[in-house]
Amino acid sequence: MKKRSALAHKMAVSPYMLWSALFIVAPMFFVVYYSFTSADGGFTLGNMTQLGKYTDTFLRSIWFGFLATFLCLLIAYPLAYAIAKSSANVQRTMVALVMLPMWMNFLIRTYSWMTILQNTGVINNILDALGFGRVKMLNTPGAVILGMVYNFLPFMILPLYSVLAKLDPSVVEAAQDLGGNSLTVLSKVILPLSMPGIASGLTMVFVPSVSTFYISQKLGGGSFDLIGDVIERQFQQSYNYNLGAAISLVLMVLILLCMAFLNRFTSGEEEMVV
Amino acid sequence: MKRAAAVVVLLACLSAFVFQVPAFGALNAESLRGTELFVYNWGEYISDGSEGSLDVNKAFEEKYGIKVVYDTFDNNEVMYTKLKGGGVSYDVVIPSDYMIERMVSENMLQTIDFANVPNYKYIDAKYKNLPFDPNNEYSVPYNVGTIGLIYNTKKVAVAPDSWDALWNPDYAGQILMINNPRDAFAIAHAILGIDCNTTDKADWEAGAQKLKEQKALVQSYVNDEVYNKMESGEAALAPYYVGDFLTMRANNPDLAFVFPKEGVNFFVDSMCIPQGAKNKAAAELYINFLLEPDIALANAEYICYASPNTAVTSNPDYSLAGNEYIYPPDSAGIKTSIYRNLPQDTLNLMSSLWDDVKNYSGEADGESKGGLGSGAQTAIALSAVAAAAAAYLVFRAVRKKKREV
Amino acid sequence: MSRLSKFYTFLVFLFLYAPIVVMIVFSFNASDSTGLLEGFSVKWYRVLMGDRAIMQALYNTLILAVASSVAATVIGTLAAVGLDKWKKNWVRTGVMTVTNIPMMNPEIVTGVSMMLLFVFMGRLVAGSGTLGFGTILIAHVTFNLPYVILSVLPKLRQTDPHLTEAAQDLGCTPLKAFFKAVLPSISTGILTGMLMAFTLSLDDFIISYFTTGPGFQTLPIAIFSMTKKRVKPDMYALSTLIFFSILVLLVLINISQARGENKRARQYKKGEV
Repeated sequence: MKKRSALAHKMAVSPYMLWSALFIVAPMFFVVYYSFTSADGGFTLGNMTQLGKYTDTFLRSIWFGFLATFLCLLIAYPLAYAIAKSSANVQRTMVALVMLPMWMNFLIRTYSWMTILQNTGVINNILDALGFGRVKMLNTPGAVILGMVYNFLPFMILPLYSVLAKLDPSVVEAAQDLGGNSLTVLSKVILPLSMPGIASGLTMVFVPSVSTFYISQKLGGGSFDLIGDVIERQFQQSYNYNLGAAISLVLMVLILLCMAFLNRFTSGEEEMVV
Repeated sequence: MKRAAAVVVLLACLSAFVFQVPAFGALNAESLRGTELFVYNWGEYISDGSEGSLDVNKAFEEKYGIKVVYDTFDNNEVMYTKLKGGGVSYDVVIPSDYMIERMVSENMLQTIDFANVPNYKYIDAKYKNLPFDPNNEYSVPYNVGTIGLIYNTKKVAVAPDSWDALWNPDYAGQILMINNPRDAFAIAHAILGIDCNTTDKADWEAGAQKLKEQKALVQSYVNDEVYNKMESGEAALAPYYVGDFLTMRANNPDLAFVFPKEGVNFFVDSMCIPQGAKNKAAAELYINFLLEPDIALANAEYICYASPNTAVTSNPDYSLAGNEYIYPPDSAGIKTSIYRNLPQDTLNLMSSLWDDVKNYSGEADGESKGGLGSGAQTAIALSAVAAAAAAYLVFRAVRKKKREV
Repeated sequence: MSRLSKFYTFLVFLFLYAPIVVMIVFSFNASDSTGLLEGFSVKWYRVLMGDRAIMQALYNTLILAVASSVAATVIGTLAAVGLDKWKKNWVRTGVMTVTNIPMMNPEIVTGVSMMLLFVFMGRLVAGSGTLGFGTILIAHVTFNLPYVILSVLPKLRQTDPHLTEAAQDLGCTPLKAFFKAVLPSISTGILTGMLMAFTLSLDDFIISYFTTGPGFQTLPIAIFSMTKKRVKPDMYALSTLIFFSILVLLVLINISQARGENKRARQYKKGEV
């Protein structure tokens, strides 16, 4: 009886195992394969040795991604806390309002930022009318980072909110009763307890920020190449799949390393926080 | 003698057969009803029904009952990469001259059966037997034109006459640069007095250096994004195709155009049928349809590019006939050059150098990028400190929690 | 909420909604500019209705989202049920690790890797032209699967492990026991997973961009190619329509949730629960 049900369970998993072998594992294999072959199919290390010249781009991407993630955390934490402390009805509405923009296509929302930031855009028209003159905002690193923060902020707010909402208020009260001032309570009680949410938020913002290409193209004007731009160009314009695969492979390894580093801080199981 | 007569009769029959081809074509077309045709064209390069114009694809669908699946690309290299990758198949593509040469050399195009394209007779003899297709086997010209310099007269006081204007620091942050390697390098080479078809490594490196020098001044790298940015007055200068200038000027009368003295690229965009096309007969029907006098006229009026179609240029209703920009007289003395296909080594070098240009960030990055640029730099430094502090705080808290467990 | 936190919340929401407001305003622009307002008109909504390409893209997007989320839900739920009972060994760990790959990996890498697979296999099998509805569907199912599995697994863990046995003792066949006892108890997890998959599929651009072919344009891809050209406000008009339909949907859900909660609260007060 036991054996038969074990078999049934394995049968249930088998379509998924087949699927993931074909469409998750095999594609990874192809990334590795293309990374170490040349256009005519022979083994080469040439793609890897070419990567040196993209060091600046890698560093810039990681730097921008890091800044965007950090700004998201900074902006999202107080908001998530404020939402978590309000009444059930307000909470529901707020969460819905945070999620609503995510349902809109991110390309069109990013494009809309161009309308706001450009020299002849909404903000500059207002500034000009008030006599402050026009400020160059579009096509700067600041605009790219703004685009990242804007697009991925909900991914930070939601996991933070869900841990903070579960936070037992009596724990906080107890800490206050024991004489902790609000800063101590925050750093010793609330922050540590919200670590799983922070970790999940950091991942969900950092990974797409580092690898984006649309945001940098539209808001950076193509002047601040990120690693996603380079990959996209190899596959869509330069017809250099091999180099593109090599860069993707390195990006993937880098991100997995970052994740492993992050996971040292938090003991996350195979669960989602959202 | 009898035999000769037989030959004559046979020839007569044959010629009758040939003359009947259009009729056969129509018969053929009937059997194609219900099929699909995949077309891959430049963006903004067909009359699409907006602003009361003729919707060419819809007209084709209505006439022949063939569904047109229409996709667009933003430059030749993108189109090449899509086709070369092998993941897609199209029936009609419209690359430029040098790209056709490359695709022919790589066996990526099929010969066109010109018996099915009787309207080829309208193509101006000037645009036949061109170097990229010397025997007129693979391509049918769609549009011709040149690149040039578009500028906003409200922002650029003195009319420029040279590509140098794109390197003028007075217009820093107001310059748009074309976002494809072939045209970008050609402009740099023109200033340096280098032939755009050079295969010398040093020439290409010099071109890349020139483009890097320009980078700090460039507002953004664009293809068809140029329309919005020039029409709204967001930028002052942009290199782009002359036909598109006419479209832009219709929306912003402050725009002007000049053929820089160093010389400009002359191009012929032609309709081709790629290998792997699944509906070749419909493709030929479509190519022929685009050459129909009324269709070609609608396209020429809408796209504003120079037409190689004599039925258009001789049409009294054609509003752009003899236009000084797209049909400049020989007396204007415009220096033109034609791109040729480059050897694979040079192409690899070009895309690698183009990556270098795009990756390049000058020393004076924050400085020259203006207000928010330098502001962002400061913000970067400040938040780095804050982030380090936060990381320490978090780390301490976690360590403590771990100790407690 | 204190006044300060109210103000702060307002600022963040201003930031989140600024581009959407701009979009809505410009969808009513009389001219075809997305930068300068030149009077009020609804002509872009008329233009939109006549734009076959966009309507086709909208239809494609919906078909793809439904197909991929249903497929992912079926395969993923089966997998979760099997994995839940599977004792921990290296195979299970391996499967769970693989499940995490599409979630951890940057989307661009997932997209590129699948494109390489499809193109390579396509060359071996069909010659050319493999990219299209089939490949984009496979890609969407693949990146949806982990989300379904990871929302069903916790629900399975919460269910009583003796539930199946009890049902079987009462005379159910194992299959019937699963459908009668287990499935209802994990149905919220399945529904959450499916909704998440549907949303992800609806909104995905990057992976679709690398895995779709001619003739199957989704809405995000149509928008992408449009923003590379002249953006006309009809795209804003479409986004405005989408925005308001989702807004209405969310409000309805919110109201029904609030009602449910109030009812429960009242019952609680009466001591019925």
